[in-house]
Amino acid sequence: MTTEVAVRVEDKLFYNRYLVDAGRAHIKVRPHTTPTPQLLSLLKACPARCYELNDKGQVEITADGCVECGTCRVIGEASGDIEWSYPRGGYGVLFKFG
Amino acid sequence: MIEERFDAIVVGAGMAGNAAALTMAKRGMKVLQLERGEYSGSKNVQGAILYADMLEKLIPDFREEAPLERHLVEQRFWMLDDKSHVGLHYRSDDFNEEKPNRYTIIRAQFDKWFSSKVKEAGATVLCETTVTELAQDAYGKVIGVKTDRRDGEIHADVVVLAEGVNGLLGTRAGLRERPKPENVALAVKEMHFLPRETIEARFNLKGDEGAVIEAVGTISRGMTGMGFIYSNKECISLGIGCLVADFQKTGETPYGLLERFKQHPSVAPLIEGSEVKEYAAHLIPEGGYNAIPQLCGDGWVVVGDAAQLNNAVHREGSNLAMTSGRIAAEAIFQVKSRRDPMTKENLALYKKMLEDSFVIKDLKKYKDMPALLHNQSQNFFLTYPQLVSKAMQNFVRVDGTPKKEKESSTLRSFVNARSWTGLFGDAFRFARAWR
Repeated sequence: MTTEVAVRVEDKLFYNRYLVDAGRAHIKVRPHTTPTPQLLSLLKACPARCYELNDKGQVEITADGCVECGTCRVIGEASGDIEWSYPRGGYGVLFKFG
Repeated sequence: MIEERFDAIVVGAGMAGNAAALTMAKRGMKVLQLERGEYSGSKNVQGAILYADMLEKLIPDFREEAPLERHLVEQRFWMLDDKSHVGLHYRSDDFNEEKPNRYTIIRAQFDKWFSSKVKEAGATVLCETTVTELAQDAYGKVIGVKTDRRDGEIHADVVVLAEGVNGLLGTRAGLRERPKPENVALAVKEMHFLPRETIEARFNLKGDEGAVIEAVGTISRGMTGMGFIYSNKECISLGIGCLVADFQKTGETPYGLLERFKQHPSVAPLIEGSEVKEYAAHLIPEGGYNAIPQLCGDGWVVVGDAAQLNNAVHREGSNLAMTSGRIAAEAIFQVKSRRDPMTKENLALYKKMLEDSFVIKDLKKYKDMPALLHNQSQNFFLTYPQLVSKAMQNFVRVDGTPKKEKESSTLRSFVNARSWTGLFGDAFRFARAWR
């Protein structure tokens, strides 16, 4: 039952089109020393695996591959762990099929 | 600020927004629709099944030109354990009718067409524009929107919030709460391309006939969730979704679930050899009737997924979106025709009209279902599918065991897993929530 399937999310994101708004990340993680349970759950819940732990054990985001679903907002905005905005008009993921 | 003033601003160009903008523009109102994507559809994600009846009410002859994929002649419900599926299939030649009832569609293409109808009706559609905030007067009345364009504040008598399940504006302005993790599902989906003939052979289809599969069971690993496989003309939409609260609790990954679903022995042959061309994720409102926020206020109404209008039991969302958008627009037009102001009291007409429609009636019918399925997810999504699969295997495998012994062993497996009280309790609770 617990056999894990190796999945490379970056391969999946490679199918998608993006227009990255360089230097204007639309999601920000609140600076922290120890991550909250909410932040830690984003490491696995984010479908684009945008959240990673750095070598200091803090949660960091790279939003370039974000598919703008809002899961992390639902989990982490209420506690103030993250700030969530939509990308500027025209930027972000550009679905061909949707 | 942009000096030009509009009768209505519609935020978002999905099913609800397009229905609202089209309906108001057709009635001669001066409508501005704002969409953050490069075109209507480029940010929109759905399975997707289109229900003809609700679109006919907006565009009666849509079949002549809308980009439709396949009309559905077959619906399969599957209950899966790790190696098998128990299926309930319904296929009928009645669905090969002159005006079919359900179609698969590809949202990016469909929405682009839908939006062309909105423009034809006379609405101004401005894409690549993100609305950042609602503009409110000193009394909190919504008087327009602020956008990320230069001089981006625009005023209107009423704002239709069709901003989707993850709409920020209403929450930022304090008009409604942000969805809770137990009230939304995260679904991930891939588009698998295959030659047309291959799809038709694998799903037993002729011409533009289509089939859909919806699957529950061990694929969601005890979480409240469902997998789906929809046949389009030259591709298969395949995905799986589970409640965000369950992902949080279990630490399962959405892409891990998707891979396991694709590798299930009942699923893998359907997509074998396909070329994947897109990976998408989207939230689905699952909270039902009890999660519906306030639907209107001074200068605003909220429609579609932003208002959590989704029937999780019947997996209907886009039709509720379209209908709520249309009804909101009709209510706004009535208020405007009487030359009344767009106050909360006057716009409550939208709420009343929606309550009289199938939208709220259906959601009310199933109001206890989301909580039941969430609280009992281990039983409904793991234990029962496993038991049913074992029972079926026991029933069909011929191995010299007398039938009576087989039956008692099946019964024993159910009672051992759930106890008599548990079994009757589950049946009773399910029946009550369904009623």
